[in-house]
Amino acid sequence: MKRVYVNEEWCLGCHLCEYNCAFANSGQRSMVKALLGKPVVSRIHVEEGGGISYAVSCRHCKDPVCLRSCISGALHSENGVICIDKSKCVGCLTCVLVCPYGAVAPGPNGAALKCELCLGNASGEPACALGCPNKAIVYEDRR
Amino acid sequence: MAYRPESFFEDNNVRVIAGKKAEKLMPKEKQVLTEGSEILPYDALCVCTGSRPLLPAFKGLDKVSKCFSFIDLNDALRLESAVDACSRVLIIGAGFIGLKCAEGLSGRAAKITVCDLAPIVMAASLDEDASAIVAEQLRRSGIDLRLSDTAESFEDGVAHMKSGRDIAFDVLVIAIGVRANTELIAGAGGSVGKGIITDSGMKTSLDSVWAAGDCVQSIDAVSGESGVLAILPNAAMQGFTAGRNMAGASDVFDKSMRMNSIGLFGMHIMSAGITGDCIYSEVSGSGCRKFFAKDGRLCGFIMTGDVSRAGIYTSLIRNRVPLEGIDMRQLAEYPSLLLFGTEYRKEKLGGLV
Repeated sequence: MKRVYVNEEWCLGCHLCEYNCAFANSGQRSMVKALLGKPVVSRIHVEEGGGISYAVSCRHCKDPVCLRSCISGALHSENGVICIDKSKCVGCLTCVLVCPYGAVAPGPNGAALKCELCLGNASGEPACALGCPNKAIVYEDRR
Repeated sequence: MAYRPESFFEDNNVRVIAGKKAEKLMPKEKQVLTEGSEILPYDALCVCTGSRPLLPAFKGLDKVSKCFSFIDLNDALRLESAVDACSRVLIIGAGFIGLKCAEGLSGRAAKITVCDLAPIVMAASLDEDASAIVAEQLRRSGIDLRLSDTAESFEDGVAHMKSGRDIAFDVLVIAIGVRANTELIAGAGGSVGKGIITDSGMKTSLDSVWAAGDCVQSIDAVSGESGVLAILPNAAMQGFTAGRNMAGASDVFDKSMRMNSIGLFGMHIMSAGITGDCIYSEVSGSGCRKFFAKDGRLCGFIMTGDVSRAGIYTSLIRNRVPLEGIDMRQLAEYPSLLLFGTEYRKEKLGGLV
């Protein structure tokens, strides 16, 4: 299965992935309309310090501890893609409490926020990887 | 409200017999007798009987006409229909269930009072500082909190409190905890304590019988103590382990731990593990972050307010990662994978996990 992978040595720390993610998941056609004057609601985040930077998003783990821990059944697997049914999410954030990578975030509407590989939005494949200028984020099948 | 999709059981070729209690377990015959005397034979059995609300024998409780628990959907629906805008609600117990009940009723009732014998709210998972922040949030949200005080006896509409005060109410909710349903195993001669005793593969003392979930007593991986850790993540992982072992695997689940995450009136509160030596503490009006260590490892934390990326801490506890070489102060202030080194990140962010 194709997943998002990070090549840390190529990351420039430009944060473009966060903007592309927020835009792709906004449902808007124009990036300006989607982002201007609004908080950037992104499912990927860049961590940086000491000259190092890299992006973190859902690993779509083979044995996802978030899914096993979800108290409402909102987190589920669609052929290996860990997805969230927002209508079932009760916002307890147990997923945030258990994700070892810090890849699930408290969302703006109470429900948890996580990467779903852009499979359900207009981008069709991860916008973070598509827009990464240095191929520090790639979408591919690794074993 | 269903946890699983409607087609789950059919998709997995499972026959569900709903609405019938398993009355008796006969381990020698490898049979379960259900209500209505149906006999169900088994090769491998998993007991997932859960828990039931603890209802102590308060004097006069039988005279209270509107008394509820707050555990399942039916409880919630019955409570909802008993409460109107004029109702005064008294909730006994300021733990997760009692407080979540108070939040749910907020705006639907005239008055909500929550009492607890403990001097702090959520005493099982928070310390004084975190509790004080949560209590302030509750009071700001209109909840009448009565701590270090609980009901001793009842008349219909009045609770006589330990402090000598009386609290008038229309609706009573009892939320002081749950008790494991162990009767099926105990009745068949299996080992039970506060919960059903199992080994780390979730097998009970009875031949071909496993158990998982809130009915089970397990070893807390952090404290080493045996107890009932009735939370969904533990239950789900126990059930998965039991299922695989019933099918012939030899899996071990030895990572049961205490953890809780809850939102109350817009504030998030998380705790994991146990308390120990406090190695980091930050308490302000808006929130608190406290970290505890034992034997060179993180053994617990408590957070209110910003809970982002808390799972990084939980996994340190769960995987018993030595803190040697990790700048815990920096990690406490800013949870990230920065301190774990390039190799770790290469494996986790650049590999299949």
